Parts: sequence; C-alpha cells; structure tokens
Amino acid sequence: MKVAVIAFPGSNCDDDVVQAVSDVLGCSVTKVWHRNRLDTEPDLIILPGGFSYGDYLRSGAMAARSPIMDDVRREVRRGRLVLGICNGFQVLTESGLLPGALLTNRHPGFLCRPCTVRVERTDSPFTGTFREGQVVNFPIAHNEGRYYLPPSDLEKLEKDGRVLFRYCNDRGETGDDFNPNGALNHIAGILSEEGNVLGLMPHPERSSDILLGCDDGILFWKSIQTWVERR
Amino acid sequence: MAVYRAFVTITLKKGVLDSQGKAVASSLHDMGYGKLEEVRVGRYVELALEAASHDEALTMTESICDDLLVNDLIEERRIEVVTGP
Amino acid sequence: MDYAKAGLRREEFEAIRSALKREPTDCELLVMGVMWSEHCCYKSSKPLLRLFPTSGDSVVQGPGENAGVVAIGDGWGAAFKVESHNHPSAVSPYQGAATGVGGIIRDILAMGARPTASMDGLCFGDAQEPKTRRLARGIVAGIGGYGNAVGVPTVGGKTLYDKAYNDNPLVNAFSLGIVRLDRMASASTARPGQKVLLLGAATGRDGIAGAAFASAELGDDAKASRPQVQIGDPFEEKLLIEACLELHEAGLIVSMQDMGAAGITSSSSEIAAKSGVAIDLDLDAVPLREGDMEAWEILLSESQERMLLIVLPEKVDAVLSQATRWGLECAVIGDVREGDEWTARKDGTIVAALPATLIGEGCPELAWPAREPDDLESRWDFGPEEMDLPCDWAAETKALLASSDLTGKNWIHESYDSMVRLATVEGPGGPVSVIRVRENGRLLSMAMETDPRKTFLDPYRGGAETVARAIRALAVSGATPLGLTDCLNYPSPEKADQFWELAESVRGMADCCRELACPVVSGNVSLYNETSRHRILPTPLVVAVGLIDDPSELLRWGRWAKGDRLFLVGTVASSLSGSEYQQHRLGVLRGRPLAISFEMEQEFVDKARSTAHLQLARSGRPIAGGGLAVALAKETHQSGTGALVHMAVPTRPDVLLFGEGGPRALYAVPAQKLEAFRKNWASFPLTEIGIVGGEALHIRGLCSLTLAEISQSLGR
Repeated sequence: MKVAVIAFPGSNCDDDVVQAVSDVLGCSVTKVWHRNRLDTEPDLIILPGGFSYGDYLRSGAMAARSPIMDDVRREVRRGRLVLGICNGFQVLTESGLLPGALLTNRHPGFLCRPCTVRVERTDSPFTGTFREGQVVNFPIAHNEGRYYLPPSDLEKLEKDGRVLFRYCNDRGETGDDFNPNGALNHIAGILSEEGNVLGLMPHPERSSDILLGCDDGILFWKSIQTWVERR
Repeated sequence: MAVYRAFVTITLKKGVLDSQGKAVASSLHDMGYGKLEEVRVGRYVELALEAASHDEALTMTESICDDLLVNDLIEERRIEVVTGP
Repeated sequence: MDYAKAGLRREEFEAIRSALKREPTDCELLVMGVMWSEHCCYKSSKPLLRLFPTSGDSVVQGPGENAGVVAIGDGWGAAFKVESHNHPSAVSPYQGAATGVGGIIRDILAMGARPTASMDGLCFGDAQEPKTRRLARGIVAGIGGYGNAVGVPTVGGKTLYDKAYNDNPLVNAFSLGIVRLDRMASASTARPGQKVLLLGAATGRDGIAGAAFASAELGDDAKASRPQVQIGDPFEEKLLIEACLELHEAGLIVSMQDMGAAGITSSSSEIAAKSGVAIDLDLDAVPLREGDMEAWEILLSESQERMLLIVLPEKVDAVLSQATRWGLECAVIGDVREGDEWTARKDGTIVAALPATLIGEGCPELAWPAREPDDLESRWDFGPEEMDLPCDWAAETKALLASSDLTGKNWIHESYDSMVRLATVEGPGGPVSVIRVRENGRLLSMAMETDPRKTFLDPYRGGAETVARAIRALAVSGATPLGLTDCLNYPSPEKADQFWELAESVRGMADCCRELACPVVSGNVSLYNETSRHRILPTPLVVAVGLIDDPSELLRWGRWAKGDRLFLVGTVASSLSGSEYQQHRLGVLRGRPLAISFEMEQEFVDKARSTAHLQLARSGRPIAGGGLAVALAKETHQSGTGALVHMAVPTRPDVLLFGEGGPRALYAVPAQKLEAFRKNWASFPLTEIGIVGGEALHIRGLCSLTLAEISQSLGR
C-alpha cells in the first residue's frame, strides 16, 4: 500500500501521520510538499492536521485553493481514498470535497484532550475492522471543530448514512455533555457521497502507540489497509 | 485605470451560531453592560486594486469574495468600494 | 546625546569611552545602552551565576550559548533553556506570552535542535482579583495560540497564584529540542570571508529597546509602554523552524542565531565575539516593514521570527532559493572578516563601530550591597500552635484541594496541544512531564519547580528546596538528572535586602545542584519585577531534565489498584512554614522552612530510582505542595479508587497531613513486591500508612472524602 501525506505551509501533524502509519502498517509513506505534484498514484492520500497558512482567514480556506488540491480531486474521482484529519477535514470542506463547514467551538478556545467516538458503520473503507457501535479513543485538538450543515442537507447526510464517527461517552451514548465542540448531531467524521473521502476531527494518529496512552487508531489504519489490499 | 479601495465586512449568517459573538456578549454582560442585546464577531478585509471604473472594482471584489474571502454556506458579506489609494 | 538617556550609568559610559578612545556616536550609545542593560548582560547577577556548577558527565554545552545541551545517549543530545517574558506579558498578556514561547523555541533551534517540547511557569496575582483572571486568560491564550500553531507540544508547567504577583505576573517559557551531537550549531564557528544573512520576517519597529524595558521597574501605568511589545506570528515561525532545520541538515549554514532581545545587534555581535572575527553589517540591505527606520531602530528592533545565518559565500544562492521555497524573506546583510570589530553602515556611512567583545562581555559588573533583611527573624516567628486544629478535617482538605494553587488546571492544560509530535508519554498535570525520544527510544523526564514562599522565608533553604523538589520528582519517575535550567525572577537588586535574598537563594540552589550532581546548563535572569506598590516574592524557577533509559523503567502515578499497600517515604514531621496550607488557612507567610540534608536527599533519589527501575511500586508520587493529604487525594482522584489510611500520628495531625519540605514520596506497592520494596528502602524513614480500596479516601480518625468530593474540589 502506498500512502501520500500532503504538507501545506503550517501543517504540523504531517510527520506524526507519516510516523504512525508507517509504524503501524510498515508501508511506504511519502510526504508531498503542497507545491509539488501528486504523481505517485497513492492508495491513500492524507491531509494532516495543523494550522495551514496559519489558519488565517478561515481554517483550511487557503490550503483548499492550493494547486495540489486539483490532483487530490483527480484521485478522488479515480476512487482513491482521501482522509482529512482535523485541519485536513477543514481543507476538505473548504474545497467542496465534503459538505458543510467547521465552525469555532461552542465554547470558543482550543481544546486538546482524549475523546471517545462511536463507529457508526463498518462497511466503509475506513472502519472494516471495527465493531459497529464500537467506542474508540481518538484525541481531539482544535478550536474550529463544530460541524455545521444546513438542516435539509444534514437530514440527507444522515439518511445516506454518511456519518461515520460520532462523539459519545465511554458507553457509546451521545449527548451534549459528551460533545466537545457543539457539532450538529455530534458529528466527528463524515464520508463523501462515493464513500472514499473521510473527514475526521479527532486524531487517530495520536492513538496509535500504547506508550503514548492509547492505540485504538491501529484498528483504523488496519481497516484502510485491509480495504486497499482486498481491492 | 485608477486605484480603488474595497472594504469587505464578513459575518456569520443569521441562524449560524456565532459562538465568539456569544462569548464576547456574555463577558460584556458580566462587566455590567446589561442593555447590550447582541454581539456579532466577524472579519474585516481591505483591498487596494486597480480598475477602470468603480463598477469594475466592485465586480472584482465580489469575485475575490466568491473565490476565497467568503464561505457562502456560513457567511455573508458587505462590500464598500471607494476611490483612491 | 546624554549617556543616561541611553540607559547607561556613568561608569559604563566611561568604560565605553576608554575602550573606544573617542566619544561614542548617538547610535553607538543607544546600542550599548540596550546591550548593557541588565536583561542582556546580567551585570548584577553575573558574580552569583558563577556559583552554579556547570560541568558534569552529561554536559555537552554549558551556559553561554543559546541553550544548554546534555548527552542523552547514542550520539543524541537534548538542548534546553527556560527564559522569562515577564514584563511584555504584564503589558500585553497575549502577545507577551506568545512571543516568549516563540523566542525560546528559536533559542533551541539556534543549537541546530528540533524543538520537541515546551513547558511554562506562570505566577499570577490573587486569583480572586478580576485583573488576575484577565491577565491569566490572556497569557494562557497567548501560549496556546503560539505553541499550538507552531507545532511544539506544551507538555506541562507550573501555575501559582499569590498577591505578590498582582501587578507583575511571571511568564517563564521552557523549551527542549533534540539534536545530533555531531551536528550541533554554535555561535563560535564563523570565519572570515563568510556572509551574514537575515532569514524570516521583515524588520519593523516592534519591541524597540524591549531589552532595556525588561530591565526597569514597570511603570504604574503599564499600558503607557505598550508600543514596545512585539507581535508574534506562529505561522512564520513554523516555516522558519522547518527552513532552518533543513538548511542545517543540508550543511548550508555555518552558524545561526536567534534574534531576540536587541535583535540584529546582539545576534551578530555575539557571533563575532565568540568566533573571534569582525562583522560588517549593511543596514540598507535589511528588509524593512517601514521605510523610514533609523539605523539604531534597525539595529535594536525586536521584530519576531527572524534568524541570523552565517553562510559560506558559495552557498548563499542555495540558501536564498531554499528560503524562497519556504516563502520566507532572506537577505545578505553583511560580511565576516578578520578582526574584532562590529560595524554597521547605513546610506554608505558607518553609524557604529565597536569592538565585538566589548558589546557582549565588556560591561562592568555591578556589586550591589547585600544585607540580611531586618525582618528576617520575624519572618521565622511562627509555631504551628498559632493555628487551631480544624474541627472538620474533610472540609479543610476539600477547601485546600480547591484552592487556586492546588486545584486542577484543566482549563490551562487542555487549551494547549500537548500531544503533537507523538512524543508525549506523560503530559501536563503530573509531577513530571515525560517525552519519548524517538531517535533512541529513551525517555526524558522534566520537572518544573518553584517555591517562592519558602524562598522568601529562608532564601538559602528555599532555593535548595526548589532544586531538590525537581530532582526528587525526576527520581521518583525513575530518571537520572542530566542537567538543569533556571530562571531567576526577582525584584530590584538595588535594595540591599532584596539583593541578599537573590544571593542567598542562588547559593542554596547552587549547593543543591552540586551535591545532587545536577549541573546548570542554561538560564535566564529577570530582575526589577516590582512596582511602587508591590514587589514579587523571590522566584527562582527551575526545570530539571532527566533520562530514563527504557520505558519499562518509568514509574507513573495515579495508578493505584485495589489491595496495594500505601507507603510514606521520608519524614512524618515536615513543616507548615510557607506551606500551601498555611497560606490557605491563615493567609500569612511566616516560619522557617526545613533545613536541607544533602545526604538524605541523595539517599532518597538513589532509592527512588531503584524503586522505579526494579518496578517495586505500581504508582509513585513525590510529596510537594499541600503535603501528604494532597498527594493522597490526587492519587485517589487519578486512580479512580479510594483507600483506607491508618497511621499513628506522632505529631500534630495538620503537620502530618499538610506539612511540606524534605525528600518524601507516596508509593502504592502490590502485595508481591512488598518485601523487595521494604528492603530497597531499608535505612530510610518508611511508614506503611494504608491499603488501596473502596470508594472513598478514608483517613482513620480524621476524615473521609468520597471520590466525587475529591473530583469536585479538584475541578473535575
């Protein structure tokens, strides 16, 4: 499996993703600078977390208009997997590859802590090795993570089963008390219509080494690998 | 060609929760501004551009807003264009 | 121009004149005024700093460079330093704190190290004051705003509240980076023929003469001095870090320097002096944000996110093109040549020409008179009998846990990204912070400590206790100390009793460092932390860095399991003098803290380390602020299980529960390790005090606190 991690100026989880994915899967992970082209035909493209372009203007707005995003769009059309984590999720919504927007947290301010999310379905390319309804710990670290979509579109998103992860407590129950940022419907991660693009606010790469506290992310990476290899 | 200055004010649409505005309003209430009704926090962008006419400057500004400055899903904008550097 | 206007003393002016054998120009006077300010040249504290031991087996670079460096095995090193940003944070909390973080990160970067972890020491005023809340919120937001964006995790720190900091909060920023020892950068490697480059942000009027500003007492209206505060741009800094590391790795640069206080002047003159070369600067080549800047403004600007590079002439083009790739401005602004002169030209004429060594090292030292404070004896006048025993121990303990110093600081910790870079083994909120060094698989344990109340009561003992606390915490976690960095925050040295406090506490720190083999490798001094109304407490803050060879040798805390036996290691009779309990209950600061016994300390750290290495305990916590009771409560809270504590009370119960000082720790030991644990601690005071289990912390005969009550008091 080939993985490409795109680094924008201001990305700061690019090295982390490279490290976690290559440690867990032992596969080749290439970092691609945003000014270069994406020509390695990767099976998985990751837009990492951080503060691309300083998060100035709107989080992800300027990275979304970077030329390399044309390459990402091309790969999406070809059915390759694209994963946006945190700032990467913001880039995906800003670029129109995923619907909605990520607004300033309900209680404004950066929030970094362990976070439990529920796996909503297991037939996606990203969640095949989880149990449905499984609760996993993926830490969060963001100030703009409140997922927003106008009501009618949100209804459709839900109906299409495109919500893949939802904030919950450690028993898998959702509720405002377990929603760290005020996201609509407790949404932590969503899929594109075709199912090959995932935007995720929490950081699975921070959950990939037990020495650092938790390793639920290992299943996440293995899911992707399994899906890619089965194709 | 002349130089124009465009002032763009961007705020969240009514109906989208402005959590920053809400937080500022709550602080101001605590500070004793009981009669304060609402605070909206937005963004202000100033552009200097060359154009043949006021209309062209306005059109260019709108296009810049559409392309980058404003996310129509959540934001609305007010534009003012004046002559001069 | 009058030398006093430039901030120089008469004898300093005379020293400059006699070195130059002519009258200095106005520009030279302004430059020297800043470079010879307390902040830049430590003229008041230098004789004291010589007391610190600075060499040791692990020390690769002691004080004098941008940061100290210790060897951490397998050819790798840790570069670290703590630095104050007190005055800027007082006048502009967000920007002051943010640029403090940015500055210390660049210091680490200048050693060629990848900045990997930051910590922050914060002293705020009375927690009940609205002004304190405003300042604290701004400072914490600034640290987070900068550190989070730049991608260096904030893995811990220390926060305390005392009315002594009402007008003068303290912000001490610490950063640590990892460097390959054979690729360390240094200020002493410039050679004639090389070029001087400026990389990063354009130069503006930010923070002009900020260094001088940091060396004077704050005006009562601190707002009036606001234009001097710099503005930080973490996005630019992130690019600067990546660019500098890439340039360094590719061998494109000879040397680099952070531009902090006194900007271009200090960075370039330091390289010239340390490398034994002359440097010619062409100020017309400096990219400016404002066109009409005077030579002295360019020389002294403290615009952030800039680095000075020394580059071989044939590599200049490669450096310029790399800079463009990162979207950074870069310009050749000068030449290195033979000699010892530092010159600056503007519009073709020389505006300053000074011997490089004079700038950095020529300032005459100040020997302020020291006198024991008249009230010292009365500071010590305290006996526990002055305090009534509480009638409700549970209420008292809960109130202490909820006090501003001891309660949970989640609102701070969670606003920092503590996990980026995937190295954080133990983040904020514990007795130490622990990171994994990916390069060699070992762990680094870092302990930040300050104990200003005890330092005020008895500066020697308080200074020693501060250092000892940090080393004890390292030892309990299993770490061997490699070195220490210190930030000396004090009021004006010009008052004899205040200077005595400074001198005595440094003596205590130095003795402790020497006795416990923890050399000082870097540091910073911040004096004049006072206004006409208030002076701060003497506040030496230290960060000790220790090595744990293998993750299995780390002993964590908050890990009690049912059936574990609890042990108190160390004396049962410590002291309430200067304790959190005394402060909370009486609101007074009196009494004499315990004297330090270095033999005891050494024995403690040896035994604590073997406890961790041989895995003789499940959980271990050094006992510090709030004493045994607070240690028990925090372990209960974090473990999610209670305990039954039953112990003889040989002294007053409040001294037993809340006393502070001396080498002490609380351990939870599983049944199968009891024998080995006891054997390990043979010959050291050891008391079995209880057993883990139940839903409450029950201290027999005194109080019972449920898990929920403890969580509520600790803020979650």
